[in-house]
Amino acid sequence: MEMTGAQILLECLKREGVEVVFGFPGGAVIDIYHELPNSPIKHILVRHEQGAIHAADGYARASGSVGVCLVTSGPGATNTVTGIATAYMDSIPVVILTGQVPTKLIGNDAFQEVDIVGITRPCTKHNYLVKDVRDLAHVVRQAFYLARSGRPGPVLVDLPKDVMQAKTAFKYPEDVSMRSYNPTYKPHIGQVRKVAQLIKKAERPLIYSGGGVISSKGHEELTWLARKLSIPVTSTLMGLGAFPGDDPLWLGMLGMHGTYTANMAVSNADLVLAVGARFDDRVTGKVSTFAPKATLVHIDIDPTSIQKNVSVHVPLVSDCKLALAALKKDLEQAAEELDWAAKHKAWIKQVKAWNKEHPLTYKEGTGISPQYVVETIGELTKGKAIITTEVGQNQMWAAQFLKITKPNTFLSSGGLGTMGYGFPAAIGAQMAFPGALVIDIAGDGSIQMNIQELATAVCHNLPVKIVILNNGYLGMVRQWQELFYQKNYCETCMEAQPDFVKLAEAYGAAGFRVTEKKDVAPVLKKAFKLKQTVIVDVRVEREANVYPMIPAGASLTEMLLV
Amino acid sequence: MRHILSVTVENEPGVLSRVAGLFSGRGFNIESLNVGPTLDPGVSHMTITTEGDELIIEQIIKQLRKLVMVIKVVDLTTLKAVQREMVLIKVSAEDSKRAEILRIVDIFRCKVVDVSVDELTIEITGDQEKISALISLLTRFGIKETARSGTVSLRRAMQLSS
Ligand SMILES: Cc1ncc(C[n+]2csc(CCOP(=O)(O)OP(=O)(O)O)c2C)c(N)n1
Repeated sequence: MEMTGAQILLECLKREGVEVVFGFPGGAVIDIYHELPNSPIKHILVRHEQGAIHAADGYARASGSVGVCLVTSGPGATNTVTGIATAYMDSIPVVILTGQVPTKLIGNDAFQEVDIVGITRPCTKHNYLVKDVRDLAHVVRQAFYLARSGRPGPVLVDLPKDVMQAKTAFKYPEDVSMRSYNPTYKPHIGQVRKVAQLIKKAERPLIYSGGGVISSKGHEELTWLARKLSIPVTSTLMGLGAFPGDDPLWLGMLGMHGTYTANMAVSNADLVLAVGARFDDRVTGKVSTFAPKATLVHIDIDPTSIQKNVSVHVPLVSDCKLALAALKKDLEQAAEELDWAAKHKAWIKQVKAWNKEHPLTYKEGTGISPQYVVETIGELTKGKAIITTEVGQNQMWAAQFLKITKPNTFLSSGGLGTMGYGFPAAIGAQMAFPGALVIDIAGDGSIQMNIQELATAVCHNLPVKIVILNNGYLGMVRQWQELFYQKNYCETCMEAQPDFVKLAEAYGAAGFRVTEKKDVAPVLKKAFKLKQTVIVDVRVEREANVYPMIPAGASLTEMLLV
Repeated sequence: MRHILSVTVENEPGVLSRVAGLFSGRGFNIESLNVGPTLDPGVSHMTITTEGDELIIEQIIKQLRKLVMVIKVVDLTTLKAVQREMVLIKVSAEDSKRAEILRIVDIFRCKVVDVSVDELTIEITGDQEKISALISLLTRFGIKETARSGTVSLRRAMQLSS
């Protein structure tokens, strides 16, 4: 049977298991929208295409499946670029469907034409321009396969209008095979043995885990390894939740705003097992002094991340879950035979001592401490909420003071640091888990970057909670200005704030303002119970800072403490 | 150190800009880049000459392999390989100098491909050393223009260990 390109596209999405698409229509994609009512796929109309791509990304992070966004050509497509780069940096599987002008107009500066394939080449895992309807099913199939396999990432498919209108016989390609794309999943068994030997020999081992553990669903294997062999664990921002944040072996995040304990542990460990992490500069600080006493093992599915920033002693190219499972198998017997807690007793004692010396803490002032608000969210939700964050101090406090206990429950723009990510991502997560409590921990600056999505949330009855840690500043930049630029608070004071409560109400959401500490818990409790979109505007101490902090380019041991 | 990479890619639109963009976006250096079809119309072959320390070359090779359209990357530097570049050199050649230039052309076994009253255009094919040697010999006559193809290279069939 002959089908149009638009019909074929929607049929392919269905077969890929897509249930929801986040999008915004336009002339170039109108044929696809014309067919949407005939398809079981749910469409969420956003208010800005950046919202669509972040929502697709949040959906993907929360659910572990591919997120999809659909936008028109030209401005619709360019509005997604920040979100594509965000997903790319954090290796999130999303498929971006962009409209394009008809093939015969491509290259003519036609109305709403832009070379989106060219623009997004450096920030997609791969991208396609479909020039012939007969290639469509095949390309869409490949796009999904690429997005979710190997090191996941965003894949863009550009769809000219005439291709969407053209007809051809539909045949769904069952298999995908690409001679030029063969990710390595299975670990080299010799290398696994080597790593197992190193673990047996180590006296001060440490696991440094990253987002790769979450995307490979390797958290159980990681937890087994740490608990059975009594190895303390630290992680990157992206790795939060792969290891329970309430476990005695958990040291907190490492790096620029990591804990004293985690950073001291890295600096003194004799074995660092980096799993699905990429030695980002926010993690390593000064590279030459990173983990100076350690043998470095690096497990990663992407060979390019190995030896990119630091030179490691034992590389292991593999899917993290499979590598950890192989290690488990190798060490199972040793795990039973040896008293690992006793073996690492001195090391664990040392780690605990560091924690006692400088625990993660903050000074209470006269007003509401932002850290207190985060702690209260943690206490009220007990690890059961999905948390998203914006970017800045709010993000770091959330990472520091929440105990994230499960993977896929802490969604934050790590690699790109995109302000405006958290709220649309929360919408995506809420779509994936309609019954879950989804909270965006926000700054007053960041929330204004995609505030228009309130309409999306209200329209679809999504009970997302936005908790604004409102300090009236672009807080993280102000903190840098305070510490390193002689308090020259140039353009970081947010004048003319909207009344967030009225703004919520104007959109049909609920709004609360909290100005006193005693109201924090009761108001949050009330907000979390409501079955509607809510903004809680918490007026926090204006000049609270995130500590510990390692100045950019300094070593992990050069921490500014509270 | 200078490395010559032989890169086999799918012959699809955008593949050249993907490869070139990888270099510019990550701050790697391209000395020359050559692309052409192979006998298989679905496959193109690139020769990329680049420079960097071992870690950088390792990254370049891995990053190239990571591109979805790249089928194969071989570092020819570590192998026995045939390398050739073609260069056209337009050199001043007044009557008094002409005989000497032609003698050099002869010694180098290259060709004169264009002549005018006071200029000669010479075509040379060879490896880097040969080309550098010719250019330095011709410099004193006054080189007006050159056009270089960039290196193309193939590994030798026989990899006799040295
Ligand atoms: C899109 C974007 N623009 C600029 C920045 C630079 N930046 C990083 S943190 C920050 C301040 C964020 O302020 P706010 O959202 O109020 O959060 P706070 O730090 O006060 O918690 C800025 C401007 C960014 N990360 N993203």
